[in-house]
Amino acid sequence: MRTIVVVGASLAGVRAAATLRAKGFDGRLVLVGDEQHEPYDRPPLSKQFLAGEWDAGRVTLPDATPASLDVERHRGTRAVTLDVADRRVDLDDGEQIRFDGLVVATGATPRRLPSQPELPGVHVLRTLDDALALRADLERTPGRVVVVGAGFIGAEVAATCRGRGLPVTLVEALPLPLARVLGETVGRVVAAVHSDHGVDLRLGVGVEGFVGTGRVEGLRLGDGTSVRADVVVVGIGVAPTTGWLEGSGLRLADGVVCDPSCVAADGIVAAGDVARWAHPRYGSIRVEHWENAIAQGEHAAARLLAGSGPGEPFSPVPWFWSDQYDRKLQAVGRPSAGDEVVVVDGSLAERRFVALYGRDGVVQGAVGMNRPSAVVRWRDRLAEPVGWDEAVAGATPGRRG
Amino acid sequence: MRVVVDFDLCESNAICMAVAPEVFEVRDDDFLYVLDDHPDESLRDKVEEAVRRCPKQAISIEED
Ligand SMILES: Cc1cc2nc3c(=O)[nH]c(=O)nc-3n(C[C@H](O)[C@H](O)[C@H](O)COP(=O)(O)OP(=O)(O)OC[C@H]3O[C@@H](n4cnc5c(N)ncnc54)[C@H](O)[C@@H]3O)c2cc1C
Ligand code: SF4
Repeated sequence: MRTIVVVGASLAGVRAAATLRAKGFDGRLVLVGDEQHEPYDRPPLSKQFLAGEWDAGRVTLPDATPASLDVERHRGTRAVTLDVADRRVDLDDGEQIRFDGLVVATGATPRRLPSQPELPGVHVLRTLDDALALRADLERTPGRVVVVGAGFIGAEVAATCRGRGLPVTLVEALPLPLARVLGETVGRVVAAVHSDHGVDLRLGVGVEGFVGTGRVEGLRLGDGTSVRADVVVVGIGVAPTTGWLEGSGLRLADGVVCDPSCVAADGIVAAGDVARWAHPRYGSIRVEHWENAIAQGEHAAARLLAGSGPGEPFSPVPWFWSDQYDRKLQAVGRPSAGDEVVVVDGSLAERRFVALYGRDGVVQGAVGMNRPSAVVRWRDRLAEPVGWDEAVAGATPGRRG
Repeated sequence: MRVVVDFDLCESNAICMAVAPEVFEVRDDDFLYVLDDHPDESLRDKVEEAVRRCPKQAISIEED
């Protein structure tokens, strides 16, 4: 291969580029990203950065500097078209790049509410620019914050804003926070943690519309009530950034569809939040987690260099964390809302526990609160299928590690 | 090689322990313990992977 293009200069893309070099690729390496900043890390944006504890310099990714990687860097440049047959990427500055290999790592983009206006005071949180704008607004207008969506980002923003001493209302269409992924048992604990920290929880209610003309003043909710708001943060999930790939010839279905080894088409791989691949154990999945973006970026890069043939499958046990107040939530595997849930370590009342998630007689995943080492041990175990009965019998509730 | 952890940055999420249990251990007190700060060269790949995987960039390797 003479030219490899990486589109998306963030976690997965930068790890892929670094891996290509580490594995000896010495051809032309092009890294295209539409953000102006040096590649940076997103998790602190809802945590230390939003809290005001870290400045923008602290979130830069290590090893991302063009010099160390010898990459041709297109910064602030968007890839607008991919032509699979012609093996060509077109950029929004008019440049066209022919490639032998391509890594698609364009991540994900926040979803917006149908009623969401372009109104000062209304924010989403995905990029450093989003975080800078939100933080500046919280400093300028330190009033009531309304967070729409109690998923991970929304729950973290609510916690961080409480840490800043701001009054917070958290609006969630589902009956409990994080319920879509973690189900009711853990959702109830998370709800209690937020109410204990003074968050005004409005659960099981949607947003009807926004109030305010020059600037947001409040929200009308589905139950007929309204909430006053000086700042609104909408955190209702993300969609994979595949718009630029429409008509390219790649298969798109809530992500770039890849084979088990992350190959989307001959000489084209995808990694990170944008990639949907056939996981040997979990089937077709897409994972929106930090560590997956790194591991998949590395895997996809190695896969690209390996050339044709079936390739090594990418079969991690997914892992992620979320920090809210002094609670550290971690999940491994593929827990989901419909699973049976049993606490096998610690207790819900202490808010320090490990809960196993089971379905079809098999452990699907484990979720921990302030039990990092136990969760990581479960991750190890879940590399192989673990029977539900055996797992639950072998771990006595209340036992400490 | 010498393994150095910046404990002001470390948040004990135990990812390093998953990668290199020979070197890192998060115990039940939720603190990270470096079991071997001069690990054998044969563990270098694993330690380097732990450096890359640490979400807090808390681990570094110093050559001695
Ligand atoms: C506020 C916040 C907090 C988070 N906290 C956690 C956490 O605690 N734990 C956890 O596990 N995960 C967390 N995550 C998720 C984690 O950050 C993501 O999974 C990770 O960033 C995915 O990396 P990626 O490289 O696949 O995509 P991204 O980081 O989204 O990067 C994609 C890049 O591609 C660029 N791009 C898109 N389209 C184009 C185009 N056409 N041309 C050129 N460039 C393009 C984008 O601008 C972006 O820079 C958090 C995310 C956010 C936003
Ligand atoms: S991975 Fe990093 S933050 Fe996590 S326990 Fe290890 S050193 Fe600490």
